[in-house]
Amino acid sequence: MSRVFMKGCEAIAEAAVRAGCRFFAGYPITPQNEIPEYFARRMPEVGGSFVQGESEVASVNMVYGAASAGVRSMTSSSSPGIALKSEGISYCASARIPMVYANISRGGPGVGSIQPAQMDYYQATKASGNGGFQMLVFAPASVQEAVDMTYKAFDYADRDRNPVLILADGVIGTMMEPVTLPEMKTDEEIAEIKEAKKAWACIGHPLDYANRSWIEPGHWKTADMQRANEEASRLYESWGKEAQAEEYRTEDAEVVIAAYGISARIAKSAVNQLRKEGIKAGLIRAITVHPFPSHAFEHIDYGKVKAVLDVEMSIPAQFVTDVEAAVKNRCPVETCLCSGGNIMSRDAVIESVRKILAK
Amino acid sequence: MKQIYARTKTIQEDKVSGFCPGCMHGTVMKLIGEVLDEMNLVDKAACVLGIGCCGLQMDYMAYDNTTAPHGRACAVATGMKKANPESLVFTYQGDGDFASIGLAESMSAANRGENITVIFINNGIYGMTGGQMAPTTLIGMKSSTSPQGRDAKEHGYPMHMCEILNQLTAPAYLERTSCNNPANVMKTKKAIKKAFQNQIDGKGFSMVEIVTSCPTNWGMDALKALDYIEEKMLPEFPLGVIRDQ
Repeated sequence: MSRVFMKGCEAIAEAAVRAGCRFFAGYPITPQNEIPEYFARRMPEVGGSFVQGESEVASVNMVYGAASAGVRSMTSSSSPGIALKSEGISYCASARIPMVYANISRGGPGVGSIQPAQMDYYQATKASGNGGFQMLVFAPASVQEAVDMTYKAFDYADRDRNPVLILADGVIGTMMEPVTLPEMKTDEEIAEIKEAKKAWACIGHPLDYANRSWIEPGHWKTADMQRANEEASRLYESWGKEAQAEEYRTEDAEVVIAAYGISARIAKSAVNQLRKEGIKAGLIRAITVHPFPSHAFEHIDYGKVKAVLDVEMSIPAQFVTDVEAAVKNRCPVETCLCSGGNIMSRDAVIESVRKILAK
Repeated sequence: MKQIYARTKTIQEDKVSGFCPGCMHGTVMKLIGEVLDEMNLVDKAACVLGIGCCGLQMDYMAYDNTTAPHGRACAVATGMKKANPESLVFTYQGDGDFASIGLAESMSAANRGENITVIFINNGIYGMTGGQMAPTTLIGMKSSTSPQGRDAKEHGYPMHMCEILNQLTAPAYLERTSCNNPANVMKTKKAIKKAFQNQIDGKGFSMVEIVTSCPTNWGMDALKALDYIEEKMLPEFPLGVIRDQ
């Protein structure tokens, strides 16, 4: 374990290398360029491959190829680039290929701004591509968490044979923080991981091998397609237990803030300030945004809570739809929003809480 | 009695091809299988199929394969080969896949000199989707999206992928062949063999463009389609080795 001071994007890349990622393909887009740049320097040192693809579309499909050959593989991009990658992500999900990708998101829609935002929530949690597939989506609120989630993401991807998304934003990607880096996987461990995939990987099997590798991102026969979708659906249902949230000072709260990612970190600071002033504020921070941690909203004392305050860097609000579904009309849900690349201010959150209590 | 001809082992025993009468996909599949057998490479084969009729062979072949998204076969093959350099990675793509939607991926993989093999089936039309115009459709040739015949002023000219890729420095081998007669079938087999051997030798990007027919969407019977290749397609797409280095 080493303690270092690192920029979010570089820390994500190093965590991936330590998790055994040996193939990365990407395409430049702000604010995540440090991820491919870091891999370009680091991959030759560990015997892996880095490719700067000719486009986002090409690079995610290179990852499709590398991951289907059994190697831990990753790509990254930012909002409009992730939209282009949705083709390959959908194919990976359909073909049940494990891969990890990071969205260091920025303002949107369209080309948007290059500043941090949380406007890809629906895309990340509801429709990352065609065909209604789902993924585990982790939303770090610090560089350390981004590192830990990236490291673990490869295990989840392998376990489920499904893509895993690290949904960070431009703040997490570009800020520097001290982090403890996880252990580097040994060559033996990496070889074991690859060997475990040998049965299904597209690497060339003998004709007398029990099953040739047939990595199929689709099915001609409707019965096969339905069976595949039912199997995937059972996988998604099994993720209920993976839903994670941080419940911060919610026991006696009169206002509970609901947020994820950098907004949640800012909201936590607002909770601390409000508590100093004797105002009973609390926070539910979604650590996974898919599956959504609805369970945390069952722990709230709705007899005491005047409102749940949704805090997010998106206009219109998106995260709020999952919050409302979890609150189930047991109290009002208010919003505190900013958009387009403006970063949530602590004062705006404090002001919103005061307004609720003044009603 | 000595058996001198048999179904190639790489085509699954219990499968019957569903390609249209006169289609040459089956011929090329057989050639690939024979070459893999003769070169003892079946155990290393990892095929990336393009979208369209190309993808139908997934059901019949007995070696490892996957299907790439539309046009992305060269990108998928790039990742696959880099992740596992021991495998023999080849794409099998049609003209819409390789020369239209996948043009960036095709040219960029060729430009990087990726050590992969491309088998490019050029029949001048989109087969599976019902006979729409391709980048390789001949001037005057009718398709469902050029019902009056391809007009250069409106649709541009047929694209010559061997010649286009020949402008790049990196590719090792570019050859155009056909399967319209037994002699050309044998030349195609030889070209596929050479393209695979190049990959084994680490020479880099090799592409075999095979001029074939699509009797169904050309609206003619299988024999007339052979004449059409000879009379119309080959003057536009001349056969031969374009690059061998």
